[in-house]
Amino acid sequence: MATIAPPPSKRQRREVLERSQVQADVTPAPIEAGSFKARFIDSDSNQLAEVVEIPLADASEKNVSLLLNTLLGRDKEEFTPYKFRIHLPGSDVILDNYPSPSEFLAVLRSHGVANPFETTLTLSAEPQSVFRVQAVTRLSHKISGHGQPILACQFSPKNSKWLATGSGDCTARIWDADTGTPKCTLTGHTGWVLAVSWSPCGTWLATGSYDKTVRIWDPETGKPIGKALTGHSKWVTGLAWEPYHMWQDGTPRLASSSKDGTVRVWNPIVGRAEHVLSGHKGNVTCVRWGGIGLIYTASQDKTIKCWNAADGTLAHTLNGHAHWVNHLATSSDFVLRTSYHDHTRNVPETVEAKRAKAKERFEKAAMRQGKVVERLVSASDDFTVYLWGDPSESTKPLQRMVGHQKQINHCSFSPDGNLIASASFDNHVKIWSAKDGRFLNSLRGHVAPVYQCAFSADSRLLVSCSKDTTLKVWNMQTFKLAVDLPGHEDEVWAVDWSPTDSRVGSGGKDKAVRLWCR
Amino acid sequence: MPQNDYMTRFTRLHGRRLDHEERSRKKEARQAHKQSEDAQNLRGLRAKLNQQKRHKEKIQLRKQLKAHEERDVKSAGEKDPSAPLPNYLLDRSNPSTAKAISSSIKNKRKDAAARFAVPLPKVKGIAEEEMFKVLQTGKKVNKKSWKRMVTKPTFVGPDFTRRPVKYERFIRPMGLRYKKAHVTHPTLGVTVMLPIIAVKKNPSNPLYTQLGVLSKGTILEINVSDLGLTTTSGKVVWGRYAQVTNNPENDGCVNCVLLV
Repeated sequence: MATIAPPPSKRQRREVLERSQVQADVTPAPIEAGSFKARFIDSDSNQLAEVVEIPLADASEKNVSLLLNTLLGRDKEEFTPYKFRIHLPGSDVILDNYPSPSEFLAVLRSHGVANPFETTLTLSAEPQSVFRVQAVTRLSHKISGHGQPILACQFSPKNSKWLATGSGDCTARIWDADTGTPKCTLTGHTGWVLAVSWSPCGTWLATGSYDKTVRIWDPETGKPIGKALTGHSKWVTGLAWEPYHMWQDGTPRLASSSKDGTVRVWNPIVGRAEHVLSGHKGNVTCVRWGGIGLIYTASQDKTIKCWNAADGTLAHTLNGHAHWVNHLATSSDFVLRTSYHDHTRNVPETVEAKRAKAKERFEKAAMRQGKVVERLVSASDDFTVYLWGDPSESTKPLQRMVGHQKQINHCSFSPDGNLIASASFDNHVKIWSAKDGRFLNSLRGHVAPVYQCAFSADSRLLVSCSKDTTLKVWNMQTFKLAVDLPGHEDEVWAVDWSPTDSRVGSGGKDKAVRLWCR
Repeated sequence: MPQNDYMTRFTRLHGRRLDHEERSRKKEARQAHKQSEDAQNLRGLRAKLNQQKRHKEKIQLRKQLKAHEERDVKSAGEKDPSAPLPNYLLDRSNPSTAKAISSSIKNKRKDAAARFAVPLPKVKGIAEEEMFKVLQTGKKVNKKSWKRMVTKPTFVGPDFTRRPVKYERFIRPMGLRYKKAHVTHPTLGVTVMLPIIAVKKNPSNPLYTQLGVLSKGTILEINVSDLGLTTTSGKVVWGRYAQVTNNPENDGCVNCVLLV
């Protein structure tokens, strides 16, 4: 027999009656009249425009962004969207999220600003990209063809049409992402293809293999260019092309890192090793070619070394990590990878113009406080990420970023250089501010180690791949899960976001390349 | 032996004495001397008990040493990994995951014939006379013998409480209850001891399913969260079915294979 609840007491009945009689107030709270003074600064703390007074009712982020563009005297076509951070007067607190006009006062008051009308707020303006990449939401193509797991993938910088993948079946393949069909198969290696890398101009493809060789291919025809580059005594772990604006009379150079502890700088056209950078005492896990003439290498001997690319001498050694350094990213990775290919798809005619454009893009991305500075971020087995500033100034890290609870496998800079993402074996991706290494947020959702992550070209989205067979797309404004992409049948080992549009390629243990689109 | 947690409670309330760390360190350092003295001087039953204890400890110690040695050997030998791995996983000694398996399981599920196939398709029935022992209660013993004791191993859920004596028709003896099973993954060839979640089907009799009797051929639900299997949507697989392959009543343990 069910127990009957006791009848409501007199007080309860009275409350119910009152609730039914009084109508709830559903009109939104009126925005208080008034205005505040705003001072705009850029990321280097230089004042952008004069202090202006903004009425509170109109102080939405979009309006303020428009206002700043007008103050800077830009034409309508050149308007740049901005993201604002609010520096509270008289304290070090920075509000990362710009509140809506109705919440504005409450947010300020909750942070201890007693009278917002009489204080000048400092708004630091971060320019956002003028184009927008939309989140990928569905599987567009599942392409089988590789006979073994896929170990690496990268989109061509020239057009996001071609995706190159390296596999355990000793071949690399190029796929046409528009139609989801194979374009060509690059056969020649006798071991697993561990690394694939497109040249910045998109006319060559380099592959590094478990058979200790590096090969160069013509992606149009799928034919090898020259012979295999031999010299390493262990397998090749990573590849990095020389940035386009530094090419000497049109010939590129290529750096390859190896398990044997050396990095070799090749002239791939001639097929000759120009320098052998030896000095690491362990497996070189990652190599990056910076835009200011330095080659950065990370190694399992706990150090990061910077080499002069011109003569192959050691410039600096960055110590700090207490265990293997697994991955390395520079703030200019994206612009160097894409060189003169930008979102407008206007490719200059002549080589000089191409070089000038590549150089201009690089300098624009790396310019800080009026200087070209490349920052490095390194992920390590000691559960920390280090942010390094200009190594010629100091070999001390700018910031040591702690918080991960297991080894960190991968880290990457956002294309606009404002965010750092680190993917770890503790199932999380963490987002850090690239300016000072401040912790911004943790992206939780994967249920197994996260292997790699990639930013979209507009830095507003991030895709991460994991052992739990899924890809997840994260929104970088709210730091929330945007889309969950199940579909792989096994671990996902490689992921790449195309450098211009919303297209993601991924591959893993289930041997099929998957392309994801909007 | 403390009969309650009053000692931990005391330390939580008042802390430890200030020289506790030092004393415990010294005590541990003297442990070898103490053991040696005991081994030499104890007589009679105490000596026997002491020897038994040391014997067990030494077995554990040797096992541990052996495990350490095996681990060292593995890291020293440079063997090519058999399956292709990305660069960032090459230098890590990955425990062979039960992952590939989960996909192979899925593939096999696809053909309908395999869906209902189990490793032991035919099971010998067990008669109720064999399964139950009649317990006689009350004075009119011959008329009303309604109470039964299960004579086979059983699985009893964690939240089970016995009913009052007057109403309890089936008794499942404590000594014959099992909580864990040795689960073999058929394709991976690994055997792991995992907790049982429930008895899904005892093919001999639905009553036995209800009572949770573990006999050869019984289908169990096993908690496989330790194996780290995930579904395609990236969720951790929690429960999976397995079939008992041995006679638990003869062997004193439950062995089973995961159903694929």
